[in-house]
Amino acid sequence: MSDYSDFKWTDANVAEAERIIGRYPKGREASAIMPLLWLAQYQMRDMTGVAWLPLPVIEFVAAQIGMPKIRALEVATFYTMYNLQPVGRFHVQVCGTTPCMLRGSDDILRACADKGLKKGEVTNDGLFTLTEVECLGVCANAPMVQVNDDNYEDLTYESMTAILEDLIAGRTPKPGSQIGRQTSCPEGGPTTLKEIA
Amino acid sequence: MLADKDRIFTNLYGFQPWGVEHAMKRGDWADTKSLMAVGQDAIIQQVKDSGLRGRGGAGFSTGLKWSFMPKEPKDGRPSFLVVNADESEPGSCKDREIIRNDPHKLIEGALIAGYAMRARAAYIYIRGEYIREAEVLFAAVEEAYAKGFIGKNACGSGYDFDVFVHRGGGAYICGEETAMIESLEGKKGQPRLKPPFPAGVGLYGCPTTVNNVESIAVVPTILRRGPDWFAGIGRPNNQGTKLFQISGHVNKPCVVEEAMSLPFRELIDVHCGGIRGGWDNLLAVIPGGSSVPLVPAHEIIDAPMDFDGLRELKSGLGTAAVIVMDKSTDIIRAIARISYFYKHESCGQCTPCREGTGWMWRVMERLASGDAEPHEIDMLLEVTTQVEGHTICALGDAAAWPIQGLIRHFRPEIEARIAKRRGFVSVPEIAQAAE
Repeated sequence: MSDYSDFKWTDANVAEAERIIGRYPKGREASAIMPLLWLAQYQMRDMTGVAWLPLPVIEFVAAQIGMPKIRALEVATFYTMYNLQPVGRFHVQVCGTTPCMLRGSDDILRACADKGLKKGEVTNDGLFTLTEVECLGVCANAPMVQVNDDNYEDLTYESMTAILEDLIAGRTPKPGSQIGRQTSCPEGGPTTLKEIA
Repeated sequence: MLADKDRIFTNLYGFQPWGVEHAMKRGDWADTKSLMAVGQDAIIQQVKDSGLRGRGGAGFSTGLKWSFMPKEPKDGRPSFLVVNADESEPGSCKDREIIRNDPHKLIEGALIAGYAMRARAAYIYIRGEYIREAEVLFAAVEEAYAKGFIGKNACGSGYDFDVFVHRGGGAYICGEETAMIESLEGKKGQPRLKPPFPAGVGLYGCPTTVNNVESIAVVPTILRRGPDWFAGIGRPNNQGTKLFQISGHVNKPCVVEEAMSLPFRELIDVHCGGIRGGWDNLLAVIPGGSSVPLVPAHEIIDAPMDFDGLRELKSGLGTAAVIVMDKSTDIIRAIARISYFYKHESCGQCTPCREGTGWMWRVMERLASGDAEPHEIDMLLEVTTQVEGHTICALGDAAAWPIQGLIRHFRPEIEARIAKRRGFVSVPEIAQAAE
């Protein structure tokens, strides 16, 4: 399926799409456009290894809920997380907004650059796309990066380099804090409710 | 400092599992039916009496907001609760902890709030980037249905109430309540003109209230412990407990539940291990998320962290996202990066914001490099006032205020950088706030 014009749901996703549409009132099926686009992007990733939404796929989703194609495209283009171009197998999204910047996101971007990643580009081997993104809401564990579905937090140049090397080698780095912190608890242990922790 | 017995979020860090059995051991879903049995108006009155003000940034009375919802359905239209979990304000990372570690507090709160405002369902709109968090939330909602806590005859109350989760797609603007409603309807997230307000015409044209995650998640505990308990914490008009999120140049950044009105110094010393390099090394603080103006060190050190205390400093509590900057900070670049954020997130609907955010960011970049004329500082200030108050939603204001705060407090720093760039090095470039 070179141009994806024969895209259709997998059997499992046929059922999932019905469940999604069922969350919204009758006659309000348009509300399902965002979750259905998500579902389609995930199915593309499972099928091709690349999480993105070619135009025929967006049109397929629009047709299912009786939405004009242009309205569906309007939604797909408005929200940054729908990839309208193919991305690498690992979409490396480095947060560069001020709270991360203060904690050294420049170093994280440098670690990416030193591994050959360029902002907005897919690496030649198809492994990585690097994007500098706006605040991902993990500010107490800055600096951070989101790679596909997982966050890597409390990063340094060295730990970011190690994460990229793991991914290159086919290993899965452990998500979450890279300095062994429990979520957003103060480093070294909680200052509250100590007996529960 | 808040006593442990007064904390609401006892699993804030996820030391225990989030699942329903553990949540019930922590007190969630304990006889929710009797909390509801006092009646809808009594619940709204208790929330009003608690002094709870919206935790999403604006600080409007939560109980009062609920009271705007119609008591009888109008021409057959149902009412809706929308829970705003589109946490995207730079510095803010509290709703994430509630959702991934204490999701049942949110779901129970949604039931009680939805019942009080006579809604038939809640939609929880969670930002697209909270992928693992959304997985937890979907699973927690499934658990609540399986236990009969939500759905038909929720908690045995005789009231039918559904909870649905809706994932966003990466747009900060959808945190604005009418943009969120547009997005939920399957459109671009562009804010609506108000009036009509959502309580009259909201989701699908039906009465709707949009509340922040934290505002909703604290409600069951307020009802269980009583409004007087909540109102007894913090200063008058600033009551209750609050999740503070401290990022930037402290020794131990963290999220922590504390009493409202706690002094800044105590917050940082007790929970964050102090300022990096000591208190003398503090330059400035953005106390409420990126859209509030910064406050220089000497003004904030002993200030109470609450709505009124920070408003007196010409800033705001916002979401209580405290961004701390020490003297190593390039303060102009730090604010320029915030300007870039707003340029990136402008929805493009209103011209002053669409054009203004880009213009302001470009000037801010030149101020950061010093590649500017001194008179451009005043011109920039003037343009911020042309954007502020001239747009449908508050994103224009949010883009203007950080720049105004920077110029108000750090004009000598900006001027020194321009002079240095032009070769006049007589003015020492000192990282110090203007007195």
